[in-house]
Amino acid sequence: MSLATAEPRHEPRDAGPAPAGAEPAVVVPVAGRSPSPLPEPDEETPLYAARRKIYPQAVHGTYRRTKWAMLAVTLGIYYLLPFVRWDRGPNAPSQAVLIDFPNHRFYFFFIEIWPQEVYYLTGLLIIAAMALFLMNAVAGRVWCGYLCPQTVWTDLFCAIERWVEGDRREHMLRERGPWTTERVARLGLKHVLWLMVAWWTGGAWVLYFADAPTLVKDLATFQAPFVAYLWIGILTATTYALAGHMREQVCTYMCPWPRIQAALTDEHALNVTYRYDRGEPRGSIKKNAALREQGAPVGDCIDCLQCVYVCPTGVDIRDGANLGCIQCGLCIDACDTVMTKIGRPLRLIAYDTDLNIKRRQEGRSAQVRIVRARTLLYAAVIAVTGVVMLYALASRTTESISVIHDRNPVFVRLADGSLRNGYTIRIVNKQRVTREFALDIRGLANASHEFIGVPGSTDGRRIVEVGPDQTREVRMVVTSRAASMPPSTPIVFQITDVASGLQAQANDYFRAP
Amino acid sequence: MAHERDIDALTGTATTGREWDGIRELNTPLPRWWLWLFYLTIIWSIGYWIAYPSWPLVSSSTVGLLNWQSREAIITDMDALKAQRGPMVERLLKSSLAEIAADENLSQFARAQGRPVFLENCAPCHGTGGGGARGYPNLLDDEWLWGGRLEDIALTIRDGIRTPQSKERQGTMPAFGRDGILKRPEIEAVADYTRTLAGIAVESGANLELGKKVYAEACANCHGADGRGKRELGAPNLTDAIWLYGSDRASVIEGLWNGRGGMMPAWAGRLDESTIKALTIYVHTLGGGVR
Repeated sequence: MSLATAEPRHEPRDAGPAPAGAEPAVVVPVAGRSPSPLPEPDEETPLYAARRKIYPQAVHGTYRRTKWAMLAVTLGIYYLLPFVRWDRGPNAPSQAVLIDFPNHRFYFFFIEIWPQEVYYLTGLLIIAAMALFLMNAVAGRVWCGYLCPQTVWTDLFCAIERWVEGDRREHMLRERGPWTTERVARLGLKHVLWLMVAWWTGGAWVLYFADAPTLVKDLATFQAPFVAYLWIGILTATTYALAGHMREQVCTYMCPWPRIQAALTDEHALNVTYRYDRGEPRGSIKKNAALREQGAPVGDCIDCLQCVYVCPTGVDIRDGANLGCIQCGLCIDACDTVMTKIGRPLRLIAYDTDLNIKRRQEGRSAQVRIVRARTLLYAAVIAVTGVVMLYALASRTTESISVIHDRNPVFVRLADGSLRNGYTIRIVNKQRVTREFALDIRGLANASHEFIGVPGSTDGRRIVEVGPDQTREVRMVVTSRAASMPPSTPIVFQITDVASGLQAQANDYFRAP
Repeated sequence: MAHERDIDALTGTATTGREWDGIRELNTPLPRWWLWLFYLTIIWSIGYWIAYPSWPLVSSSTVGLLNWQSREAIITDMDALKAQRGPMVERLLKSSLAEIAADENLSQFARAQGRPVFLENCAPCHGTGGGGARGYPNLLDDEWLWGGRLEDIALTIRDGIRTPQSKERQGTMPAFGRDGILKRPEIEAVADYTRTLAGIAVESGANLELGKKVYAEACANCHGADGRGKRELGAPNLTDAIWLYGSDRASVIEGLWNGRGGMMPAWAGRLDESTIKALTIYVHTLGGGVR
């Protein structure tokens, strides 16, 4: 048996008379809606399935325009953002978005993140996940259809393909024809253009990790570090492979989101839905017209397969909710075009729910419930996380201190019987100027403290100088001459910026036998 | 395994024929490109066999065209590290201990160098934190048997204590009881007397008169008339709160009877000069270093 029978739903069974301007006789996914009978099982199920090549047809309409707009916006942001400047004053990069690995900093407009503040990323990830869930609860996989990089780049690559090798039919005919010079030239041109877009994708990627204008100049004059070229190469290869060749297989085989989404969805999510209550029984335009005259029940679907031809993942939306469907709405545009031509109402395929189809069949009105427990919950989690993050950002200080108590030994007895504890303190200066911090220790009576290995710290001032945008680790000992001590006394380490008076504290303990 | 063919009605895909609680498993075929990727990994592995050591032979293994060895790789890495640290090590060698301690950069480097050396060589006796143990001095406190200045510590590390290499640091506590120098009651009396020097309360029946007399005859020579010790002999200060072997009566009597004289190995020759300097700075900055 051929491999195609492994997916019997794509075997043309009763496609009805071909519509005007029928497709070339290439195996095209076609399915009847009728449930059983199922095709005869073959002897052995094949272990591997060959890919069915998809030739998405050009389409015009609301959702196509939306997709173009999203493509322009998302790609525009991706390619141009590294060139946006943001003045941070001297001693700091002036790039608005910069991941500065050598100096361990992440800059995002007015936000500067240090490595120890990576926990902000947790908030971002929670918001991202909840936003994805919220999108899914409202309108299914709109992320997949409009915003996912895989969708956006695949869309761009498909547009290039259609532009160079022709729309669906022309492209298919050309591929079935002989190897002419023109065919080779067009094929070559397509791959060159693809590689150029892919290369540009990789080129933009590395600009997020270094000063963009400088790096562009260095890249052009072959002065850039090897790792920049390496990453451009890697991103070029992945973009070319994923958007040019893998396409919908990334969604169906590799991406976990369709599986997660399938588990998260509910009956109120507005999914791209074929309104079979209106469409069935389907039939050719002539057959349906004749049946309508006889007063027999007929549907609006004329089985023209336009919805399948435009689909970038090659599914038939009339089969119902489908793992392969990324809900981009292009089939809605295609169907609307046909409905306009045959003078039937629009939106035979629409963002709708199966629940509404049943309600209409029962004579009740359709219902769109966007505000419901799960959307409210997702929105609330997003809001709370956002508020917490904003608070954390707003209350971010430019100085901090952390203390580690010596663990071995926890205390030392000196010759005169007094007790000494050792600490390693780290003072963080997040300002871009050198600052002097005075250190005080509170909570211990009759005690003294001393820095170790800080030359000039013995003049009694107990001042530590920390360089601009730096941290400084200092070892110190605290000696208590108190006659008797409890096993553990809470103490506070406090730093005060000598110039500005800004303070930061850390709590620790003084240990005794 | 032969089984009844079963086709799932919704997807049209064959199932494996197995069923768990009414849930059947689809037998969806893998994409063919996945198979090619699998073959590609096999071909890739052949590249590894050729380039790297792989196949075991009777007494060795195939070497591989790149002639790569894990042992040589680590030697290369260590050499690179040495080259990277070279300029700083050079400065350590050229600078005196006082100069190193005064230069924050250099002393930080010395501490970073000294710490692993301490953990490898010194920690078994002195503890990972330098806190010492019974018989092994605490390096964090402010009592030093042989001196706590940088030069004193460096000399102790180089030549050790009571080693053949050490010219000066040979003083030991005699075994007064075992060698029959003092009688048992004298030892008990001098133990009590010694403890009172440090302010430790003793039993009411203690013969402090005898103790004082014996101390002046047998102990004051090394530990001083006031009990404050003599550093050149390594004789500890008996008046402070630090007791290397413990301040209880039994431990003091044990010391008097059997004598004391712990040994610290000499590290010159085992550690190179820059390492000894780094270790000195590290020990000095643990908390007890004397300026």
